[in-house]
This record gives sequence, structure tokens and C-alpha cells, in this order.
Amino acid sequence: MRLDFSSEKPIYLQLAEAIEDDILKGIYEEESQVASTTELAVTLRINPATAGKGLNLLVDEKILYKKRGVGMFVSVGAREMILKKRREGFYQSFVVKLLEEARKLNIPVEEVIAMIERGRGK
Amino acid sequence: MSTIAIKGICKDYGTTRALDNIDLEIEPDKIYGLLGRNGAGKTTLLNLITNRIFPTAGEIAIDGESVVENDRALSKVFYMTEANLYPPGLRVREVLGWSKEFYPGFDMPYALWLCEQFGLKTGKRVKELSTGYGSIMKAIVALASNAPIVVFDEPVLGLDANHRQMFYRALIANYSQHPKTIIISSHLIEEIAEVLEEVIIIKDGSIVLKQSVEELLGQAYTVSGEAAQVDSYLAGRKFAGGEELGKFKAVTVLGVLTEGDRALAQKLDVELSRVELQKLFISLTNS
Repeated sequence: MRLDFSSEKPIYLQLAEAIEDDILKGIYEEESQVASTTELAVTLRINPATAGKGLNLLVDEKILYKKRGVGMFVSVGAREMILKKRREGFYQSFVVKLLEEARKLNIPVEEVIAMIERGRGK
Repeated sequence: MSTIAIKGICKDYGTTRALDNIDLEIEPDKIYGLLGRNGAGKTTLLNLITNRIFPTAGEIAIDGESVVENDRALSKVFYMTEANLYPPGLRVREVLGWSKEFYPGFDMPYALWLCEQFGLKTGKRVKELSTGYGSIMKAIVALASNAPIVVFDEPVLGLDANHRQMFYRALIANYSQHPKTIIISSHLIEEIAEVLEEVIIIKDGSIVLKQSVEELLGQAYTVSGEAAQVDSYLAGRKFAGGEELGKFKAVTVLGVLTEGDRALAQKLDVELSRVELQKLFISLTNS
């Protein structure tokens, strides 16, 4: 897990997204325990309050749940929730941006589609 | 859980006013960074909090009790000074033993474990330690003191990159397991930026600001790109300091980013990124 301290995105959001990435990649499986606030803070060298804020965001979204006195766990269905959320963002942050950049570079839409086909063939 | 209340503190050295009417509330169980340029008054303030010197005016209280000549209030604070105040002939293990006398909560097994982790030989005498190991010894005593308030003045002085990393990790682990009020004064701002919860910036003996790091960094950002484009982005905005290299320009803009700003940045093909605490610090304390 890596954080980008120069990104304009706040650290706690980056941390929440990094944990989501780990869930998507299967590093954390559903019903498995995730790293504690302390472990995350120490490893990433960030304030524990920041680490806690990132984890709590995922608890609020029901992606993680708390077991009192034990720690935080990945909810059943977490993967599906993250996928759904990310797919909604995909169009805005990738497709729209892709077409904007293509316009700047004078690449016609047909050629973009051809490029996507070429990328898929790889 | 201990609170420090600083009210109307002034400190004069002869005709020089080192601190001018400082009001500050240090809340319990937070990690504070005390930042300021050389001679700004950081160490004077820390010395006053720990009753090493007397104020010209004003009062400092820990949990409602004045710190002046008050052992009970002072036993709640551990102060890791930049200067080495231990007798040079003492061995490291004797320093640890003495610390236990003054701080009943001192955790000896933890202190010895830290010595082992950092490779500090407990049989060495204080005078035989390098600058780096001198800092390490003092930092270990501070971490193991278990005082509810721990003050570090330049804790990583002379430490190599590896040891600095170990120190920050040990500090975070210690704080997570035993929450306490921590005040760190350091010139290595970028290294501690993410560890801090709040910053206090002091300039010419006055407090410039006291704010959460997240909030502070949310009030400024960096815009960079081709100089002419950056300039047109800056039109009508408040900004502080910047860098130019050929046609490239990067400037710290003071303000909260809006969706409109992002759209404009995209149109002008300039990049927005997070401001570094260090750069913001420089622009706030320069002049």
C-alpha cells in the first residue's frame, strides 16, 4: 500500500481507496480482518487519527465492519459495493477524460475505438 | 489526559522581547508540531512550559495548576531538550535508571527494547555517544517516560534517514498504544507533516496560527505548468511564493479548491496538486 503525499487528495481518502483496492485485488477477502489503525499509522508513518478517519469512512459505507475489541473486518458483499461505486466513477474519470484528451490531440473517435480494440488484443 | 493552558505569556531577555503575549490551549492526546524559524521563540516557549525559566508576564497551567515551582504539574511533562543535560560520565543504563526515579511510570523493559532496536549500547557513557546516538538516547527516555505530555525539541538531530524513520514509527506506535499529548519542534517539516494532527506556527515571538494540518493544507494548493498559463490562472487570486524554471512555474495559491477552479485548470492545461506543509510554512514565516 502506497500513499502519495503530494497528491491533492487528502491522505485519509487515499488510505480508504488503497484498502478498497486491496479488497478488489483479493488481498483482503470478505470476512477477513484488515490492518488496525495502529498498524496502518505505523507502517505508513501517518497520524493515527488520519488512519482512523480512513477506516471509519469505509465503516460508514458498510464496506468494513467493527467487531468490538477485535478489530475491523471486510463485510460480505464489500467487493460488489466497491465495484458498483467505482464503475460509476469510471465513466467520469476515464471515458470523459479520454475523449477530452483525444480531442486535444486531434484523434477522431473512430481511431480511439480502434485503439481500444488494439489494447484489448494485447 | 492533560491540558496545557498558556495565558498572556511574555518573556523578555534584557531589552529583547522573545515571546509577546502568547495565548495557547494545548488539548489532550494530540500530536502537535511547533514550527518556527531559528530564533522565533520555540525553545523559549518549551522552556516556559516546563518551568526551566520564568515568564516576564502571564501564566502557564497544566490541568489547571500553575507550572511554576509545582512538582505535581511538572511530573506530567517529559521534556526532551535539544541540549544534552545528562552528566557526561553516566552510562546509558544509569540514565534509564535515573529516569525511573523521576518518572514512576517509566517503562524500563520498553526502553531496553528500544535501545536494542536502535543499536544503542547501554554500557556506553553519555560523553562517548555521537550526536545521533545522543538524540536517540534522549528520545528513548522520552518515549518510555509514560508522562501524559511529552515534548520533543529537535528529536531527530543527527539521526540518519533509517533511524529517523524508526523514530517516527516508534513515536506513532507509542502514541497509538498510550495516547498522550505530544509536542514536536522540528525543522524537518516535510518528514513530520503526516505525523502531526495540529501545527502551531510561531514567528518573531507571536503565534501566527494554530490549526489542524488537514484544514491548513486544505486552504492552499499548488498550481504548476507553463508560466503564461499559470499566470492567467492566478489572475485575481491570492498567492504566496513560487518557483520558476525556464518556462515552468509552480505557485502556492491561498484558497479552497472549487469545481470551477478544477475546470479552469483543465482548460488552461495547468496541474493542481497538494501544497507541501514546508512550502506553506515558508510563505507564512517569510518576510
